Amino acid sequence: MTDGKSFVEIRHAQKSFGKLEVLKDISLSVDRGQIVGIIGSSGSGKSTLLRAINDLDPLTGGEVWLDGVRVNQTLPHRAYEKHINQMRQQVGMVFQHFNLFPHMTARENVSMAPIMLKGISKDEANALAEAQLDHVGMLERIDYYPSQLSGGQKQRVAIARALAMQPKLMLFDEATSALDPELVEEVNQVMRKLAEQHMTMIIVTHEMDFAASVCDRVLFMDQGVVVEEGPPEILFKTPSQPRTREFLRKHLESAK
Amino acid sequence: MGLDFTVIPKYFDIILLGCAYTIGITVAAAILSFFGGIVFAVIALYAPWIIRQPFRMVAWMFMGTPLLLQLFLIYFGLVQVGIDLPAVVAGIIGLGLHFAVYNSELIQTAILSVDKGQMEAARTLGLSRSEALRKVVIPQAVRAVIPPISNNMIALLKDSALVSVIGVSELTLSAQRAIGATYRPFEFYLLAAAFYYVINLGMEWVQRRIERRISISR
Ligand SMILES: Nc1ncnc2c1ncn2[C@@H]1O[C@H](COP(=O)(O)OP(=O)(O)OP(=O)(O)O)[C@@H](O)[C@H]1O
Ligand SMILES: [Mg+2]
Repeated sequence: MTDGKSFVEIRHAQKSFGKLEVLKDISLSVDRGQIVGIIGSSGSGKSTLLRAINDLDPLTGGEVWLDGVRVNQTLPHRAYEKHINQMRQQVGMVFQHFNLFPHMTARENVSMAPIMLKGISKDEANALAEAQLDHVGMLERIDYYPSQLSGGQKQRVAIARALAMQPKLMLFDEATSALDPELVEEVNQVMRKLAEQHMTMIIVTHEMDFAASVCDRVLFMDQGVVVEEGPPEILFKTPSQPRTREFLRKHLESAK
Repeated sequence: MGLDFTVIPKYFDIILLGCAYTIGITVAAAILSFFGGIVFAVIALYAPWIIRQPFRMVAWMFMGTPLLLQLFLIYFGLVQVGIDLPAVVAGIIGLGLHFAVYNSELIQTAILSVDKGQMEAARTLGLSRSEALRKVVIPQAVRAVIPPISNNMIALLKDSALVSVIGVSELTLSAQRAIGATYRPFEFYLLAAAFYYVINLGMEWVQRRIERRISISR
């Protein structure tokens, strides 16, 4: 690793929205191929941390590094825009509400960014869209518009769209939270498949069972700090911090 | 002296030519007002202050003064600074810019109401802000305002009669010319009204086709 840094390295991340301090000195490193889960109650700063990694919510302090390159470096405005667009091409993001482009078919959703940014030909773009949509089991719906798809299908297209840029890292922000329960598994399956292919992933989730089954490491966040982290079998079974235990107990109750 | 429609055939060619002018001017001005509306909306929302402020003044002028005055200004006024436009061109520009400002107001509101997640998703893929606007946000905003823009275009058709004041023989002026020769106002105004009605129907048909094409993607 460059400069002794991990593949993804967050150092002393601090983020405030006005007076509200949402991230308080968070550090985190993720190795290539690792899968890290982030859990925690609503408002604890999970999304903010995830969105800091690709600078959607720029940090007010601290550093983010990806593969040896500083993401949030200080540059003149234009140079920074160029740099950040470059960085974002390497980081796929999947949102709770899919954010598919409604005026484009699944094919166009997937191929738009590669066409715009990688200058590939129409034929290459079609082949790419077909391959990516096949990968998530959506090939037969390739010419459907998002409005013609179920939530689970939309999310699978959204994952294909992110993968089409061939990212080094995938970020998932509650990818299944907006789905009807019976549609969750089809999306989880796609994520499991990515895990088998050794994609580096950071997954914010409310699904403890899923986190336990795919993650190498799980972080519990509360009020802007990482309270506890560890392998899922330890964090979920024998958490050392009272706040973690409290959260897991409440979560178990509400799941019943 | 009752109605006598037998006078019409002799002047039908003039009316038809006027009709062609009205359609041509309306279509050209509509296209100008559509794309102009998008450009104006982007300037109003995203241009730096130094461009935005003077632009606001011009936009205000187009909304706050009579179209008639604007046509005079473009046709007679610009000559003084060496820009001598043919009347038809002056008419198209005047109508086009006037309605571009109205379209721009609609498009601005629509751009602002496109879900924030759309811009975020595009930026996450690595698109710049202007690329995201062009490929993702503006196409959705424009789709959302096709119905009110279509209403503006019907208004544009009706206001196209105003370019007669700078001497363009469009439908209304052609009817007037025929009336001048025959003293048959009722017959020719009715005929002109019928033609406006038919053009209107044509525009509604186009509007419905556009709406049907885009409805599937929403
Ligand atoms: N753009 C913003 N402006 C102001 N405050 C914000 C903004 N985004 C987030 N916050 C605040 O930051 C805190 C953390 O939000 P964040 O979305 O990161 O939480 P979360 O852990 O993802 O919660 P959830 O489980 O509900 O998604 C919250 O108190 C939220 O209100
Ligand atoms: Mg969140």
